[in-house]
Amino acid sequence: MAETHLPPEKFTVRLRRYDPESGDAPYWDEHTIELAPHRSVLEAVLQARDRFDGSIGIRCSCRQAICGSCGVRVNGEPALACHTHLDAAKRSARDGVIEIEPMGNMPVLKDLIVDMDDVHWKKIRRVTPWLLAKQPVPEREYLVPAESMVDVTQTMACIQCGACVSDCLAMEVDPLFIGPAALAKAYRFVGDPRDDQQFERLNDLAQDPHGMFDCTHCFKCVDACPKDVNPMGQIMRLRRIATSDHHIVDQNNGERHEAAFTSLIRDNGLLWEAELLPRSYGGNSWFGKFHPAAGKELLSSLPAIVKALVRRKVTPAGALKPHRIPKADLRSVQAIFEKVESRDRRYELNLYIAGEDEEPPPPEVPVAAGIVAPIADEPAAPQAASTPTPDEGGPGDGGTPTSPEGSASQ
Amino acid sequence: MKVAYWPGCVSRGFTPELHGSMAKVAPLLDIELVELDRACCTGAGVIAEHNQELADTLNARTFALAQQVEGAAMMMNICSTCQGAQSECQERLDANAEYRAHVNTTLAAEGLSYEKGLTNKNFLWLLVEEIGLEKLRSLVRRPLTNLRVGPFYGCYIVRPRERLGIDQEHPRDQYLDQVIDALGGTVIEYAGMRKCCGFPIITMNKDASLKQAGRHLGDAVDADADCLVTPCPLCHLNLDLQQPLAERLVGRELDMPVLHLPQLVGLALGLEPKELGMNRHVVRPTSVIDWSTSVVGAAG
Repeated sequence: MAETHLPPEKFTVRLRRYDPESGDAPYWDEHTIELAPHRSVLEAVLQARDRFDGSIGIRCSCRQAICGSCGVRVNGEPALACHTHLDAAKRSARDGVIEIEPMGNMPVLKDLIVDMDDVHWKKIRRVTPWLLAKQPVPEREYLVPAESMVDVTQTMACIQCGACVSDCLAMEVDPLFIGPAALAKAYRFVGDPRDDQQFERLNDLAQDPHGMFDCTHCFKCVDACPKDVNPMGQIMRLRRIATSDHHIVDQNNGERHEAAFTSLIRDNGLLWEAELLPRSYGGNSWFGKFHPAAGKELLSSLPAIVKALVRRKVTPAGALKPHRIPKADLRSVQAIFEKVESRDRRYELNLYIAGEDEEPPPPEVPVAAGIVAPIADEPAAPQAASTPTPDEGGPGDGGTPTSPEGSASQ
Repeated sequence: MKVAYWPGCVSRGFTPELHGSMAKVAPLLDIELVELDRACCTGAGVIAEHNQELADTLNARTFALAQQVEGAAMMMNICSTCQGAQSECQERLDANAEYRAHVNTTLAAEGLSYEKGLTNKNFLWLLVEEIGLEKLRSLVRRPLTNLRVGPFYGCYIVRPRERLGIDQEHPRDQYLDQVIDALGGTVIEYAGMRKCCGFPIITMNKDASLKQAGRHLGDAVDADADCLVTPCPLCHLNLDLQQPLAERLVGRELDMPVLHLPQLVGLALGLEPKELGMNRHVVRPTSVIDWSTSVVGAAG
């Protein structure tokens, strides 16, 4: 490639140094190295180590973004050092100097090396990361529909680099949170049709106060992941199957909150905050607010409520009355709820699998072997033979039918 | 500029001062708001968690209603969470024609249809990209001189970067800083400015939720900010409404006023704090403006 002949340039790297055994505080250490701009941040660190200071600590192995060993923070953002080009890193640097730090949320062993065992691997082990096979185990291989395994390939792309753990904002305030990597791994088995413990796994992760409902939905792990695993998306799928398919009512208000939110929108079109909060604690009905759990929560929130009332931020009349959209529109919204929720199977369009497909199939032409374009009132065409009829659901390409048993794909 | 305006639920519920201040500020910026009062909640990610197709269909309905507003240049929202939830649904709808057709089949009952390619911008994005910082600067009547403002973006408007169209040409994760600067204020950087306020888990893990809010407010106090500004009403709930509880959890006095973005803009454009509903906050914005002399930052 022409690129490999690019002349070397000077880059300055600022490394976060720390040796816990020395008793000294962490400090910054700057080195100027010479490499072609398309070479990696990892190579820069290794050159600094070779030329200037043999005591610089960094972990690495494959150098091609496969092994997941060299997770660090480059200019404050999580990255694989071997997968970050020097020119790009320089562009995102605040002052032209590329800043390299160890990952967050894990103790530093030395310089850029963090203790993955103490946090990441401990959490991975927490979710029983192996198949608990349905019995009887077949003599040869399990036979499952191909599309049901396609669904879990996104979580299988994880290389255990810890970038998502490093940046998890929920873990920052709750170190016991199971976290994005381990929960994505949990989905790997929850979504596997060969696994026998879907309910048990989900119930365990739903009831744990630091489990699936501890995710704060901040999208940090989505951006951090170098392999597009979308850990937060996998956590949302765990919640979806736990609440909608298994109706697991957890001690963390996760199921109640989702049910209350959803039914308040169905009933009013708009959110009604003053009703949502007590229902999330006391149960999803008008009577929820009279449940002792809701009363206890109300009491603990009094300092905020009283101030809000005094400042007229919230008025009793405003809080006690639902906010509604016009009647005719509410009926239309309710019709959407009814139609979508009455389908035999839920549909999910996973763009990681489906990609962008902008060419609609021509009308009246078969869209998949043996499947004819559907009837007029539902133009969307199922593409795979195993997807349900249009009345049961939606399109097949990347759309994932889900069912309580997980037999189709989850 | 005419926009199909989606105010969201919370701006008409627990943070009415946000909706009110946007209505006051819009004419000063020559924005005509056509409110989408027939549209329903975006689901804030919770309905998508419950049933993805349901969230996509409800939001497609809102997009279709926005596309029916004659002469509207785009759709505009004033809630980071709405922006995030809508962008997620729109990404799926725009990526796959077959899926879009499927969703439109449901909307057909009402005679609606969503066509790919709606432009939907948060007020912050519209300010920078459509009105422009130079124009905004020229409209300032009460420069926020010496006012030390900490930006609080809210997760849904800065992540995921690709879906939200954040790149070198559109550094949308810097816009709040740029707007504060254009209004004459001093941008205060602090650790939590792009972190999570904790609101999504307030009913699931209240301690962790309020620790997040309290920690970021504390960081802003340590950085000597006079106030924070946010484009997200849900962040506002955790940072302002819940601040008395967050103080208890982090064990320190915070007393950090939090303004909605239209309030900060309105203040600089010469509107009075009361008109902007600044008297409605749980934490009094006394460090933002002297109520009797209208001098910005006077008490700070």
